[in-house]
Amino acid sequence: MGISIELEVNGASVSDEVEPRLLLAHFLRENAGLTGTKIGCDTSQCGSCTILLDGKAVKSCTVLAVQADGSAVTTIEGLANGDYHPVQQAFWDNHGLQCGFCTPGMIISCVDLLSTNPQPSEDEIRHGLEGNLCRCTGYHNIVRAVQDAAETMNG
Amino acid sequence: MYPSKFDYHRPSSVQEAVQILSANPDAKVLAGGHSLIPVMKLRLATPSALVDIGRIDALQGISRSNGSLRIGACVTYDEIANSSTVQEAAPLLAEAAGQIGDRQVRYRGTIGGNLSHADPASDLPAAALALGATLHVTGTGGSRSISATSFFVDLMMTALQADEILTEVEIPAAGAGTGSAYAKWEHPASGYALCGAAAVVTRNADGSCASARLCFNGVSSTAVDASAVGASLAGSDLSDGAIESAVNDNLSIPDATGDMFASAGYRQELAKVMGASALRTARDRA
Ligand SMILES: Cc1cc2nc3c(=O)[nH]c(=O)nc-3n(C[C@H](O)[C@H](O)[C@H](O)COP(=O)(O)OP(=O)(O)OC[C@H]3O[C@@H](n4cnc5c(N)ncnc54)[C@H](O)[C@@H]3O)c2cc1C
Ligand code: FES
Ligand code: FES
Repeated sequence: MGISIELEVNGASVSDEVEPRLLLAHFLRENAGLTGTKIGCDTSQCGSCTILLDGKAVKSCTVLAVQADGSAVTTIEGLANGDYHPVQQAFWDNHGLQCGFCTPGMIISCVDLLSTNPQPSEDEIRHGLEGNLCRCTGYHNIVRAVQDAAETMNG
Repeated sequence: MYPSKFDYHRPSSVQEAVQILSANPDAKVLAGGHSLIPVMKLRLATPSALVDIGRIDALQGISRSNGSLRIGACVTYDEIANSSTVQEAAPLLAEAAGQIGDRQVRYRGTIGGNLSHADPASDLPAAALALGATLHVTGTGGSRSISATSFFVDLMMTALQADEILTEVEIPAAGAGTGSAYAKWEHPASGYALCGAAAVVTRNADGSCASARLCFNGVSSTAVDASAVGASLAGSDLSDGAIESAVNDNLSIPDATGDMFASAGYRQELAKVMGASALRTARDRA
């Protein structure tokens, strides 16, 4: 049984007919063609599938596409607006990535963190990113990138 | 990984939701989905239908009136942790909700889902017990109220009938002289509670203990009320020594859980340490 859904993805309206069991992560990657969102663990642990759902960071492997009906989704592809988003630029400048697999989810979580806490302490950054795992960097440069982005965004 | 096939319903009222549940005996309620979707992906649960209650207005919102705090079943941990109304009327619940999982989980998981799922390692059941919460539920036969004490029956089993939905959690607002604390010892990988101690302490004007309550997550098949500890503290001066002996002499966890993460004996000892710590913090806040 297909269900009609209509949502906004990176500012554009998208309608589709989906099976209820289709996960939002698969909808974004396969139906909407936005492969920036990664599926790492597929068990709700790693955060690499993190996207913004109505402005809040959520793990899209643990949300059904039908649950996002009527909502606005932002993926990594939707952050840059001509120039890189300040968080993307800060990850670039501070070598906040190595293999890059965790990076889309990590950046989305950082955008969410900075939207509720524009000047987080190092501890708040580490705590705020506990839902995103990185197997390469050891997190130090990610924390630096968030601090740098916070400075840029606070002007 | 994706779940096996199911029909999807998104009712707009509680009445409609319970009708669908009673017509589909193996249908399941979907709230935040942060326990249900993972188990469906692993095919440990294969319901034929999901009833998504996430958009029902009557299950949203936090309000306070006549000395009680009311929280809709679909209110998320993030909303609870950051609500000034909850922080004032039931700071223990805000503290416990703020320690669940990670940011992403806290945006999706709901108080109703957490209590209905009744995972022994989850963080809200002990707070609901310690705060004397009343759970309002509705089924095809009408509505009823269940005290938290009778709600948690066993491992992942509650007093809810198959066609019943938890609609609202009601908590008496904290009075003067009351302090509370949630002390959680996390499983290092999953972040769930290996032991979570929820304490509520009320002091008399002279500083002595008017009443105390200590409840636990994570240590047994269901949340535990260590009522003997609370009873033995009443009337005491709440000194560190009084707390320590109340816990050491009176805390026994019936059927403490022993598993690959921690033995039953370890959990018993951990409960003493975390229980005393939660009581001391609650006392300092009272
Ligand atoms: C990575 C991760 C980490 C986590 N860490 C923690 C943690 O540290 N502490 C913790 O406590 N939890 C943790 N959780 C679990 C999380 O809190 C879940 O959100 C919660 O257990 C279930 O709530 P839900 O709203 O997501 O419910 P769902 O998953 O939608 O439902 C859970 C169960 O309850 C039933 N149900 C839901 N709502 C109702 C209702 N109103 N009436 C009747 N039945 C209902 C459903 O049918 C289902 O059986 C974690 C989850 C993940 C994915
Ligand atoms: S892929 Fe979703 S949390 Fe890992
Ligand atoms: S950069 Fe490789 S996992 Fe984070």
